[in-house]
Amino acid sequence: MIENLTKKYGKSREALIPILQAIVEKESYLSEEAMNEVAKKLDISAAQVYGTASFYSFLDTEPRGKYVIRVCKSIIAEMKGKKEIIKTLENLLKIKVGQTTPDNLFSLLETNDIGWSDQEPSMLINEKPYTNLTPEKTISIINEYRK
Amino acid sequence: MSSQNLKKTDVIFGLCHTTDVEHMLPGGVCKTNEEKFVVLKEVIKKDPQEIINEIIDSGLKGRGGAGFPTGLKWKFASLSPEPEKYVICNADEGEPGTFKDRDILLKVPAKVFAGMTMCAYCIKAKNGYLYLRGEYKFMVPELRKVLDSFHETIKKLGYDFHIDILLGSGAYVCGEETALMESMEGHRGEARNKPPFPTVEGFRNKPTVINNVETFVNVTMIQKFGVEEFKKLGTQDSRGSKVFSVSGDTPKPGVYELELGMKLSDFVDEYGDGDTKAVQVGGASGFCVPRKKFNDTIIGFEGIPTGGSMMLFNSSRSMYNVLTNYLEFFAEESCGQCTPCRVGCQQLIRGVRAVKCGLRSPDYLDDLLKLTASMKLTAKCGLGQSVANSFSSIVSNFKEEMIY
Repeated sequence: MIENLTKKYGKSREALIPILQAIVEKESYLSEEAMNEVAKKLDISAAQVYGTASFYSFLDTEPRGKYVIRVCKSIIAEMKGKKEIIKTLENLLKIKVGQTTPDNLFSLLETNDIGWSDQEPSMLINEKPYTNLTPEKTISIINEYRK
Repeated sequence: MSSQNLKKTDVIFGLCHTTDVEHMLPGGVCKTNEEKFVVLKEVIKKDPQEIINEIIDSGLKGRGGAGFPTGLKWKFASLSPEPEKYVICNADEGEPGTFKDRDILLKVPAKVFAGMTMCAYCIKAKNGYLYLRGEYKFMVPELRKVLDSFHETIKKLGYDFHIDILLGSGAYVCGEETALMESMEGHRGEARNKPPFPTVEGFRNKPTVINNVETFVNVTMIQKFGVEEFKKLGTQDSRGSKVFSVSGDTPKPGVYELELGMKLSDFVDEYGDGDTKAVQVGGASGFCVPRKKFNDTIIGFEGIPTGGSMMLFNSSRSMYNVLTNYLEFFAEESCGQCTPCRVGCQQLIRGVRAVKCGLRSPDYLDDLLKLTASMKLTAKCGLGQSVANSFSSIVSNFKEEMIY
């Protein structure tokens, strides 16, 4: 896969982030092996790859589930009931924030403002935004992903 | 209650049904099969210097928050003899409470691309980039469609300019222009020293104009309506209109376009819930204005400038919670390269918590205010420098809430 990505994005330093983004899209996170291989292919040190990846919150270096849920934790989200959404998700998925379900389907995270303060509470599941969440709505969204 | 003094405008989103601009919007809100790009067609016949002078004359200032005169920025970049130059649209809006670029890019993306093209024409750039925050990745398929037909049209006009989309990966600091360029070059998003400014050494160390999404739309509309029409909006110091992101304790959260130079009290009359205690103007990096100052506060470059985030808080809200939420945000998003910001943000959180739970005396808040003043002077980029804005305005106006 990384071979193909270097064909698409090239082997310059500028290709690094697009390549890492593409790996995360496919594999949910950047494994040590993947980062080492990228380093070799781009002819830079593994430390530079890790240093760059670890800077960006969406370039996860820890294993994540197939669907990464990121609940917005801005002050507006908090005012509009974020806590209840987190509680709903924790009960539903039987994990805490920061954890991944044993079947590797869902990871539950919190994140800073995702650009929907007019429609909080909100969350991203992978790249898809969900807004004006209620506990009921959240449950039915997750059930859709379970199908 | 609706305020009589608030002037609603329609420059950014509207008017596309009644002007030629509608034809520039394949895939936008105005569906049309024709792609005339009338404005652009006329603009690329003009003398670049004339366009730059018009933008300078219009008084347009950057809409991302910093408010640098757009025309001057373009002029500086145009003066460089360097053959390789770049145009970047900063669509990394990560400021808490901001979402207006989301709506602009969803509704009128072609106006953004047209503005970027005008800039490229003025400074003689061949390549442009839209740096889109990772949180807005869902927009990419639609934006690419618009870009495809945009590129076709540009080709038909016989003009050579190409725009690419690059995605961010969830780092607030990348909204800072030089951090954004570091990120584009494949590095950690750590701000560079300035000078040199991007117009001299920007992306790939080449002269670069980087403007906010809304700024490019304003340029397009100035070229459409003419400078004089644009100057009729706003005030002497704050020309034009501004797109505001309204959120919090308001019956009508959303995106609104208003003339600059309004009184905050008029804004609150229109968007407040009748019990507004404070408005945070400009997001976490902006200023908190308490009720007693609504009347004396002007929103604009002569008062409080803003990237458009307006968060309303009513009397049921704890300003201590607001402050700690902002501080946690800054501590997480600080890139860590300079000590004042890296250590300062952590110490501020510890400090306010210590005062709140009585481990420190209330006088300690004064020490913390001094710390933010040092951060303002010594932090390397806008992130660390602006922590002082919200901190000092919340702590000084709501001191009792910080203590009890």
